[in-house]
Amino acid sequence: MSEIPLQHWVVLSGLLFALGLFCVVTRRNAIGILMGIELVLNSANVNYVAFARYGGGGYDGQVFAIFVIALAAAEAAIGLAIVLGIYQQFETIDVEATDRLRR
Amino acid sequence: MSVTLAVFYLLAAVTVVSALGVALSRNVVYSAFALMGALLGVAGLFVLLGADFLGVVQLLVYVGGILVLTLFAVMLTQRIADVHVSNRAVGRLPGAVLVAALFAWLAAVGVRATWKVAPEAAPAAPTTWGVGDAFLREYALPFEVASVVLLVALIGAIVVSRKEVKA
Repeated sequence: MSEIPLQHWVVLSGLLFALGLFCVVTRRNAIGILMGIELVLNSANVNYVAFARYGGGGYDGQVFAIFVIALAAAEAAIGLAIVLGIYQQFETIDVEATDRLRR
Repeated sequence: MSVTLAVFYLLAAVTVVSALGVALSRNVVYSAFALMGALLGVAGLFVLLGADFLGVVQLLVYVGGILVLTLFAVMLTQRIADVHVSNRAVGRLPGAVLVAALFAWLAAVGVRATWKVAPEAAPAAPTTWGVGDAFLREYALPFEVASVVLLVALIGAIVVSRKEVKA
């Protein structure tokens, strides 16, 4: 394991986080935004597990990653249900078009 | 270059290229399939880190559950036959500059910091025992709360997405 420096994992996770954030800030499609959030959560999980492995091999990091996965599943279910509701209401899932409360 | 490092670079390349596909693809269906590559790559990275149970959970929950859910949502909200671009992005350039600056900062901090690395841990063994033990001992309360959260999410998703029945 020691052939891979810990920095490699940190940089990889940072790259995943940046790409997920890019997805969130530039997309107009609500489902695309949810996909970006999944990428961000995955980058956090990579960090959790890598630090747990390099910090002595306890199970805390893995347990936290499982909690994150469970919450991501709940978030995806609720988020996609809301997207479907928005589609029934507005006939579109473009987040720029759903501005009823702003007008 | 050792085999482990080569495998790491391979999996990292799969993950990052797929994530690029998610972020840059113009059609949301292609984004969803690229997301599958990214999630599979992360599952492989978990296995490389010795977290075998977590890798399988990632495979079952993300690839088998969340991704299928996402594809169904794409299918239900878009007329697949239409060729119009369904994933338009706005403000790509400022977004890219902002995110690149953030990544440069994160990478600089991650590389420069002196991480305290423990001496080589025990060789990778099945982690199911340790994870299950942690769930039933020190993380018993969060574990139970997570089950309630999942139940609430289940009911909430049904309530939000069902059609109103006018009696």
